[in-house]
Amino acid sequence: MNPALLGLITIALGVGGCVLYFWGSNQILDKVIFPAKGPQAGQNINRANQVRPWLFLFPAIFALGLYLAYPVFETLRLSLTDRDQGGAFVGLANYDQMMAEPKFWEALRNNLLWLIVVPAASTAFGLLAAQLTDRIKWGSAAKSLIFMPMAISFVGAGVIFKLVYEARPADQNQIGVLNSVWLQFEGGIGSFLFLQLLPAIMLLSFAAIVAYVGWIFVRPIAESKQRGGGAGYVPLRLFVGVAALYLVYLSLSSLIGVFTFDYPYGQPQTWLTIPFWNSFLLMVVLIWIQTGFAMVILSAALRGIPEETVEAAIIDGANPFQIFFKIKVPQIMGTIVVVWTTITIVVLKVFDIVFAMTNGQWETQVLANYMYDKMFRANDWGVGSASAIIIMLLVTPILVWNVYNARKEMK
Amino acid sequence: MDNIAGSKSSLGWAVNISVVLLVALWVFPTFGLLVSSFRTADQIVGSGWWASLFPSEQTDRYRAADPDENRVQRGDLFVVEGNFFGDDGAPGEIQSWGTSSRAVDAYQPGDVADLGDGETFSIDAEGNYTWSGNDEQISGRGQRAFVTAVSPPEFTTENYVNIMTSGDSNDNMAKAFFNTLTVTIPATIIPIVVAAFAAYALAWMDFPGRAILIACVVGLLVVPLQLALIPLLKLHVGIGIGKGYLGVWLAHTGFGLPLAIYLLRNYMVGLPRDIIENAKVDGATDFQIFTKIILPLSFPALASFAIFQFLWTWNDLLVAKVFLIDATGQTTVMTDQIVNLLGTRGGNWEILATAAFVSIAVPLCVFFAMQKYLVRGLLAGSVK
Repeated sequence: MNPALLGLITIALGVGGCVLYFWGSNQILDKVIFPAKGPQAGQNINRANQVRPWLFLFPAIFALGLYLAYPVFETLRLSLTDRDQGGAFVGLANYDQMMAEPKFWEALRNNLLWLIVVPAASTAFGLLAAQLTDRIKWGSAAKSLIFMPMAISFVGAGVIFKLVYEARPADQNQIGVLNSVWLQFEGGIGSFLFLQLLPAIMLLSFAAIVAYVGWIFVRPIAESKQRGGGAGYVPLRLFVGVAALYLVYLSLSSLIGVFTFDYPYGQPQTWLTIPFWNSFLLMVVLIWIQTGFAMVILSAALRGIPEETVEAAIIDGANPFQIFFKIKVPQIMGTIVVVWTTITIVVLKVFDIVFAMTNGQWETQVLANYMYDKMFRANDWGVGSASAIIIMLLVTPILVWNVYNARKEMK
Repeated sequence: MDNIAGSKSSLGWAVNISVVLLVALWVFPTFGLLVSSFRTADQIVGSGWWASLFPSEQTDRYRAADPDENRVQRGDLFVVEGNFFGDDGAPGEIQSWGTSSRAVDAYQPGDVADLGDGETFSIDAEGNYTWSGNDEQISGRGQRAFVTAVSPPEFTTENYVNIMTSGDSNDNMAKAFFNTLTVTIPATIIPIVVAAFAAYALAWMDFPGRAILIACVVGLLVVPLQLALIPLLKLHVGIGIGKGYLGVWLAHTGFGLPLAIYLLRNYMVGLPRDIIENAKVDGATDFQIFTKIILPLSFPALASFAIFQFLWTWNDLLVAKVFLIDATGQTTVMTDQIVNLLGTRGGNWEILATAAFVSIAVPLCVFFAMQKYLVRGLLAGSVK
């Protein structure tokens, strides 16, 4: 049958079936099972009203259970079995096998890098864009344009950025923007400014921000020791502190690298094949897409800030930067966390970008693509499921946090 | 906040410039692909797409026809006439010309260059040249001329025609376009219907376990669909759906439901309680309240979710790859087609850029037309 025709029939059947189900089941409930007349009319109406919510909910619960809840457990089970042995239970053998593969550790390391860089950069750019566009007349047009990549598929964005990163042999005209900018640098003072001083400043400010965030988390422990009181979430705070310390060390050590590195000036680079740095070039694609999302949400939050607080700060003589960082940002901290976690989830599931641009070659593998490789290329359902479970484990803290917040809000 | 004293900062121009830079940075990559899709293969390889936006200036060297064979006598003088560009026509509008490599722009078209002792040379705007002089001067090799022509930016829609009508099934996007459309529309509409009823129950009906169900929906919002691939594929094959449209519609419906329920419930909870209670007092059943009051009032939320689900199913690659595309490749969608092109036609940017833009165009139109609802949905949908 023609797929378009099939589609139309499916829409008719799907929508019609749903409406018929809801209408029919309500009719049966009211007219046949618990008719609202006769001696027991009142009792029947009450009973019918107890059953009705489940009639409304049933299709959704069924679909959610079958398509999202059941697979979680089934995947967990599959990750403990081996397909080649007819689905026999093999314990943690799949996990052992996965841990022994360097590709898995590469994927995990890259995923962690993505997790640090993409939400941070998207939120920062989004906040910047929100703050700047709120102050100018053509702000909403500017917002539209920055928001636009949200509509573009990851695959489409992959093609767009592949053109940006395109490399041609040295004796031909470069058609990729990045290479043609790169070839403008020749090792003079401009190169020093843009390729050494600027990254150094960015690294230093990154280290400073990370150190500051780490200190915010660790400080309550130090203070509570002095006062003898307890600070909540001690393990979490310590973990963030250690992670921050490691990141600071990492950025300071790469600072030395920035100045000692011998740049290959004048050589067009095939950017996506440079190990380690190519991951960042892939991250740029996702940052480019997600910044618009962060901007829209944060801009709404910024507009929701009570004007009195800003007016009071101005009267007290605060400059625009103080107003932004000390008055506005603390008031929208909750929204920043929401944006951050939402982007984190997108990052954990990122698949299309890597699949389309490098397919995990040149050390750009990520977990979702690793999983796809295992499941559908190597047909190894056990290890594939095991890596899916790893993704689930990484998502779980956010899941718990979201549910906790949603319940708190409802009360 | 512009009305507050002191808030009009001196940073106004700096803010404007920063926003211009930011917007330019964000639009630049997409714009590059758009421009590339309107250039021919040779143009794309020959120069960066940014060069095609400006008129290109090109100076070429030409030589007049061999005087010994082509000269004609007019009075005392011998004359050679002809056209430099032949049948191909001019490479652009002639800007200037010269007879020496040291001064290639010495003359305007139509000027007559005096080469000394009565020998003259002239070129008009069409590239017709006239070279005249005495017997001795008009002999030997033809006179050299350097012609600088400016050609305007040149674009073609040929790529789009090619890619939509191509006979090669790997390049042809028309089929993939309709396949994507076939996947998208039912996968957008069906979850709305299912979710709307559930959202109404979760928002306005009282029953034990409601809070837990809402918490479950919030939890399922973030469950990665990667976990669902193998179990559901097994299930689909087991009950005989196999790989095909039905499977992909069901999968998209299932994966889209948590967001749909969450968005719609959040919106419905905010509807005025009075209307619903009045209707109940007047004897309306829940089914009537839902269809006659809630559904029309919830239109903005329905639109928000519809856009989300449309963008998501249109742009999806993974679900289509797992649940739809079989070995025959008859049911390929555009994202998959583009990934394949990246593999087989990695250097053919005229095909890649055009194919990518065919797939990007529809979501972009939807985006710009219905941005208001998308923003509203985003604000309601991010877990607070």
